[in-house]
Amino acid sequence: MNRNQTYHRGKILTLCLACFILMAVLTGRLFFLMLYRSEHYSQMAEDLHQRERTIKAARGRILDRNGTVIATNRTVCTISVIHNQIKEPETVAKVLSQELGIPLEEVQKKVEKYSSREIIKTNVDKELGDRIRNRRLPGVKVDEDYKRYYPYDSLASRVLGFTGGDNQGIIGLEVKYEEYLKGTNGMILTLADAAGVEIDNAFEDRIEPVAGDDLTISLDVNIQMYAQQAATKVMEEKQAKRVSVIVMDPRNGEILAMVNVPEFNLNEPFELNVEVPEGSESSRQDLLNQMWRNPAINDTYEPGSTFKIITAAAGLEAGVVGLDDRFSCPGFRIVDDRKIRCHKVGGHGAETFLQGAMNSCNPVFIDVGQRLGVEQYYRYFLQFGLGGKTGVDLPGEAATIMHKKEKMGPVELATVSFGQSFQITPLQLITTASSIINGGNRVTPHFGMQAVSADKERVHQFSYPVREGVVSKETSETMRYILEQVVAEGSGKKGSLPGYRIGGKTATSEKLPRSLKKYISSFLGFAPADDPQVIALITIDEPAGIYYGGTIAAPVVGDLFQNILPYLGIEPEDNISSEKDA
Amino acid sequence: MAKKKNKVQRFYDYSLLFTIVFLTIFGLIMIYSASSYKAQMEYDGNAAYFMTKQGIIALAGFVAMLVISKIDYHLYAKRWVWIFAVILSWGLMIAVSLFGRKINGKRRWLGVGTTLGFQPTELVKITVIIALAAMIVKLGRDIDRMAGVVRVGLICLPLAAIVAANNLSSGIIIAGIGFVMLFVASRKKWPFALCVVAGGLVIAFAGPIGHALEAIKLLKPYQLTRINVWLDPEAYPDTGGYQVLQGLYAIGSGGLFGKGLGESIQKLGFVPEAQNDMIFSIICEELGLFGAVGVILIFMFMIYRFMLIASNAPDLFGALLVVGVMAHIAIQVILNIAVVTNTIPNTGITLPFISYGGTSILFLMVEMGIVLSVSNQIKLEK
Repeated sequence: MNRNQTYHRGKILTLCLACFILMAVLTGRLFFLMLYRSEHYSQMAEDLHQRERTIKAARGRILDRNGTVIATNRTVCTISVIHNQIKEPETVAKVLSQELGIPLEEVQKKVEKYSSREIIKTNVDKELGDRIRNRRLPGVKVDEDYKRYYPYDSLASRVLGFTGGDNQGIIGLEVKYEEYLKGTNGMILTLADAAGVEIDNAFEDRIEPVAGDDLTISLDVNIQMYAQQAATKVMEEKQAKRVSVIVMDPRNGEILAMVNVPEFNLNEPFELNVEVPEGSESSRQDLLNQMWRNPAINDTYEPGSTFKIITAAAGLEAGVVGLDDRFSCPGFRIVDDRKIRCHKVGGHGAETFLQGAMNSCNPVFIDVGQRLGVEQYYRYFLQFGLGGKTGVDLPGEAATIMHKKEKMGPVELATVSFGQSFQITPLQLITTASSIINGGNRVTPHFGMQAVSADKERVHQFSYPVREGVVSKETSETMRYILEQVVAEGSGKKGSLPGYRIGGKTATSEKLPRSLKKYISSFLGFAPADDPQVIALITIDEPAGIYYGGTIAAPVVGDLFQNILPYLGIEPEDNISSEKDA
Repeated sequence: MAKKKNKVQRFYDYSLLFTIVFLTIFGLIMIYSASSYKAQMEYDGNAAYFMTKQGIIALAGFVAMLVISKIDYHLYAKRWVWIFAVILSWGLMIAVSLFGRKINGKRRWLGVGTTLGFQPTELVKITVIIALAAMIVKLGRDIDRMAGVVRVGLICLPLAAIVAANNLSSGIIIAGIGFVMLFVASRKKWPFALCVVAGGLVIAFAGPIGHALEAIKLLKPYQLTRINVWLDPEAYPDTGGYQVLQGLYAIGSGGLFGKGLGESIQKLGFVPEAQNDMIFSIICEELGLFGAVGVILIFMFMIYRFMLIASNAPDLFGALLVVGVMAHIAIQVILNIAVVTNTIPNTGITLPFISYGGTSILFLMVEMGIVLSVSNQIKLEK
């Protein structure tokens, strides 16, 4: 054997040093990667590993003006199974099937399915969810979730609206105030492996959810209930298609009640409130949409005689008519070549303007309209705020449908003067009437009053524009007097209430097409007549039998006022009641 | 070297033995950490599947090592032994190329059933070490002549070539072992230095060279992609850069002290072959820079022991055996860490003693047995 030579040793040493140098270089590389580039790669790795799981924020509640909760949240549970963690698949399937009332095979299929998470049932009551959780079955997950809950079921359903599956507002105030109500979802950041399965016991980053703001609205649950009762009663008595009632504070536009019967159950918004006729799925959706609609603001109608309030106010404001101006009604008026009838076939004969208003005499208002002329009438129409929308804080408000000024001739002017041939929403009418009787301030009708954050620290007061001087104070006062006379001794007599000074105006509008002989009976009333604090408008859609607003609509408001005026702290005045009795 | 005495004290490198034991056990722990997730998924919840398998083979290998360390290494210098080894290597390599079990599109395994598998390339490595050592000793001073180099090359290169045909990295290792052994045996320096410089230049200009070679169709597009990935892995996260990038995420997120043993997230399906080629990245992630440098230092210590044994070996044959083993270990460690840290383009090389692989640990133990046997022939002066 050869000897191990010195030069071999030298080479071995060289080799060893070469290895050391290379390893030192690699160590340097490691220093670079693990210190200098550490943050960069850690961040990239974290992005890769992190899975976000949202924690739903509790939706803000909706409170009425007195703090009564009318929309809140209820805890519900979602029951799901995690395949990997299930130890006794048969027990799990049996228990879940029993507790949740789902067929065994169905549960079994989900239990046996190889997936990271399989939902068995959602919207399970908290009590039942707790019971399932307490059985501590491995692989069964009970997650709590919020579901919108409306304690009064159907109260103000078309106003409040409801929320969808992921708790976002769908219609009504729920969608309008979504931004305030929804809150900010929280987040759980967990680590997951390459297959996306969360790692047990891994460090969790948690961002707490922020609950939505509580919304206080001007609605008064009691008034709403009174109004709903009254509306339901008249709807049933008159077999009407539907009845809408709006109760508002004419001084500031706060809506105290908005009823549209039949209402629907907000807790089951996808259940129709009418019998489902044989039909396709699309017709069912149409029916739902119809059910969710708020006719008081989404639909327009011909206001009819209640609109004479506007004509009268315009005439008074322009100075073309005074209370004692004399008119004569032969039962019709010929405008151009058209004969426009009064509702009283024989005519009212000779009457003053005040008497014409009390009689709701069409020829009188045709005359006032003609005295104003198209130009002036149209100017007042716009000045009173009838041209556009009211700006109410509800979605989908319908705009006024009115003749174009250029196309308005004397006939159109005549029909508009007593509330026909154009369409407005009931809310537009009551708002305009409010501005005429409240001293001339065009208010914005609204529900939202304030939004308060869950921690009560942030309070947002909603404010609404008011346009002053749409009519003079004098005109407003005269109008209040006229309308009080209408109720006291005119066509609105049935809306009167002993002890109270009530103003108002009736209407009976014929629906289009006229040949159908369908009517909308309505009454607009306010109290006290000398200092209006509450104004109400009822519209009865397609009543059967007697359809005169003065006969069927006025008494409803009278009843309503009887209930709500004392509630609102408006005391009856003895002298009026005795005067009346006398 | 040592004076003849009545009682000859023989050296036995316990430091090396301890280093081997330490590395193997450390390797088993890391295999468990890196593979338990995969094992749980693939082997019915048996998290220790890979570790147990590796542990049994390592234990058998350890026993074999102890036995071999007590056998005089001069046995391997006998012509029939190394010629038999060469013939066996050829036979197995041809067999594996024809009938080998295909895993990931490469025939690298000779198997019985599905659980027992054998990678002949590991046998080839040790064969080359023994055959070259024996041959170089036989050549004597002829090694410095061209004819001698050619003869060494004739043994080494064809074997390297057939290995490289379906396992490029093993081919490189085998060629590397031959190169290093030749370097140590030879009196010449400059030809080797030139080779190293040339190799360094190729790596330094791999990008342009790769493009040029691809343009003249010498390099296949997928090989060029590897070079491109190496130059900028983040630009190819989905096409080829995935493994490298995942490894870098693991290394980078380790930081100074790591996430702690068992806390790696990258091993949860992100780093492919976490218990195998990429295990060093998991060590980095879990044990941090300290752990990683510690591992490198242990390998450095091992190489230092090899150097000591080789330098003090009683004869050139023993020295060359140790040099061959040293070359084998050093090349694999350096290449593995270089690949994992994306210092060189990606190629599959395992980390000795630590990466999962039964054949590898078995033959490593055999090699260690030979080195210890050489150490055992060192006579101490008393």
